[in-house]
Formats: sequence, C-alpha cells, structure tokens
Amino acid sequence: MVTRTERAWQALDGVLDPEVPALSVRDLGIVRDVIDHGAELEVVLTPTYSGCPATEAIEQGVLAAIEAEGLGPARATLRRAPAWTTDWISDDGKRKLREYGIAPPHTVTPAQAGAQSVLVFRRKPEALACPHCGSTHTERLSPFGSTACKALWRCLDCREPFEHFKPI
Amino acid sequence: MQPSIRIADAPAVQYLLRIGDTALILAQRLGEWTGHAPVLEEDIALANMALDLIGQCRAVLTHAGALEGAGHDEDQLAFLREERDYRNVTLVELPRGDFAFTVVRNTMMATFFKLLWERLGESSDKELAAIAGKAVKEARYHQQHAADWLVRLAGGTQESRRRSEQALAELWPYHAELFASDAVDEHAASTRLGPRWSELQEPWSAEMAQILQEAGLAMPATVPFLSTGKRGVHSEHMGFILAEMQHLQRAYPGGVW
Repeated sequence: MVTRTERAWQALDGVLDPEVPALSVRDLGIVRDVIDHGAELEVVLTPTYSGCPATEAIEQGVLAAIEAEGLGPARATLRRAPAWTTDWISDDGKRKLREYGIAPPHTVTPAQAGAQSVLVFRRKPEALACPHCGSTHTERLSPFGSTACKALWRCLDCREPFEHFKPI
Repeated sequence: MQPSIRIADAPAVQYLLRIGDTALILAQRLGEWTGHAPVLEEDIALANMALDLIGQCRAVLTHAGALEGAGHDEDQLAFLREERDYRNVTLVELPRGDFAFTVVRNTMMATFFKLLWERLGESSDKELAAIAGKAVKEARYHQQHAADWLVRLAGGTQESRRRSEQALAELWPYHAELFASDAVDEHAASTRLGPRWSELQEPWSAEMAQILQEAGLAMPATVPFLSTGKRGVHSEHMGFILAEMQHLQRAYPGGVW
C-alpha cells in the first residue's frame, strides 16, 4: 500500500520551479522532508537563494498539489540549515536542465565559484559544454544571469547563448 | 496615514537591525541602477545582487522581530520606522554616484558582509547561523564580481581610472564606522550572537589591500572621521531614500503583494 507521504512525494513531482519550469521542486532538491503528523502533512522546504522570488510561489504550488491529491491539510515549513546547494539537484534534474538548454552545475568543491573564500583575479571559469551542440569551446559573458541562480555564457562554435546553473 | 512603530532597544535586536538595515539600504541603492547600468549584463548583475541583499535583509528583520517579541514583521520593520530608528551604516546610504562609485562601494561592502557572514555562521543563535550559512555564499559572489570590476576600471581608460580613484577617496572615510564597536557589539560578543565588528577590521583591510594592489590603486590614508548611521544619526540623503521606500506602506497601510 502506498502511504500518504509517498503519495505526497509523487504529487510533488508535478510541482515545477516557476523560474526553471524544466525542473520539479523534487529535482531541485528543495523538498527536504514530508512528515505525516496525522492531522496534517508537513512539507519541509529549503530555499535556494536568500532573495529567490519564487520561494512563495513554490510554497503555494506545493500546498496546492497536495490538496489536489486529497492529501491535505498540509503546511510548508522553511528549513534554512544546512543551506541549499546545487549538489542536491538530482542526476535526472541535471539531465533535464541540459535538455532545457541550461548547462547544469558541476559538483561543488571548495575551489569553485561561490564556495571559495579567496579572491582569484582574472580566473578563467572551467570550460562548460554547450547544452545545444556539446562543444566545450565556450565563454562566460557574466556571472549573473536572468535569475540569481544562473550565469550567462555563449558557445563559440554554434554561437548560441546559453545559461549555466551556478554551482553554489 | 500609517503611524510609525518603535522597536526595542535590546542589544541583540539592535545588532540584527544593523545587519538587516545595512543590507536593505544598500539593496535600495543598487536597485536604482535597474535600467541605467552601463551595460545590460551589469544591469542584471546589480539587480541580482540587490535581490540577494533584500532576501538576507528579510530573513534578518523577520528574526529581529521575533527576538523583540512585539509582533513586528519584516514589512513593518522595513517600512514603518522613523529615520532615527534605522541602524544602517552611513556608507550605504550615500547616493549611488557613477558606476565607479557603485563598484568601489560594492567592493567595500561585499568584503565586509562576506567576513561578517562567515563569523555569523558560528553564532549561538541558530536562526542567525542558518541565515549566514546561505548568505555567505552569495556575498562571495558579490565580492568577486565587484573586485573584478574594480580591477578592470582601474586598469581601463584614463577616465575610468580617474573615476575609480575619486570614488575610493570619497568612500574610504566612511569605512571607519563599520569597525567602531560599542555596547551592542560587546553584548553580541559576550552572548556569542556574533563578532564585535571591530574584529573584522584586520581581515577586511587585508582583503581590501589585496584588491587595491591588484587594481594598482593606493589605499587612502585614514582620516579622523566617524559617521554615525549605526546609532541612527544619518546623512541628509537618508530621508529621501525612506520617503521613496515608505510612501506606499504609509499611504496604503498593510498593503501586500
């Protein structure tokens, strides 16, 4: 028998990130837990960025999806620690990002942007594979893109611009 | 019109307000660049950094309201205080100036915030430590971005170098306030809420020296000047920022998105 929490997790597969609609909130790794309190379900979420404007929309989407499945009532709680990292994006999520035209983040190591504390000037970012043609002949245009979580790149072979989900 | 609120003088609350208000007012200044930055990529970058700062500010002000225990939420704290009750450093309220001025200020402030968030990650206050754990990653991006731009401007044209030097000379005297500790800092240190800001001066100076050296700019001399924003005595610019920030909440009390 499928439990209530398992059904809730399944319902969350259908809740897409409003800013990267290729990914579900589960793919992104921001749903940390679903707890059955009997009277209600608790969905524990960890925000991606402090100022992510999608946080409230995601909360509402999560609660609506659970209600639509008839699993409610539910409430969403925020868990800030440990801080969200792109390492929590599932492998499936990374594949979906690439297919959507966004270069997925690589695993975060201390030497990488966003995780390092030392200043490195004129650092050439690691070569990224273009999500359109696969070429690694690419360059970064700006460390900030259309949303806080992405950087702007372009491919020097197929000439297409693309975004990179920054490892953080 | 919505009347103003007052907030408790409790040192822990005041310590949090200094952090939240400094992020809030800097974000407001960065937001002014939207649609006006010299290149599109930078327009986006400045807005992104403003958004990170707003997010950090929201979390800190919400927590300050909870610590105070008088039922004030982030919006009331951000929009319904009188000028004298804002605790941001004066440095962040100075008008945005030209792009060089913004880049120099961002370099100074992102370096400060990065060091502060690193220390707050060890706060005895679990909520503050959790907020810091996220914010420090964002501050590192901000610092690297601002420092890269400063190096670029200082090594660019004669004009960009002249403007960088001028911005540095104008802004430098205001950094002293960041590191002037008082009873609020002593309380934070003794309860392990966070560091005395004076403890951040040495690492800040070292990182600024590294950046300025890379940019080929001389570190300005220290002058006997201490701004007073942290105790609520602000520059003449502050009232104008607040008028713009607050008019909607004052005119339409309790309005939400």
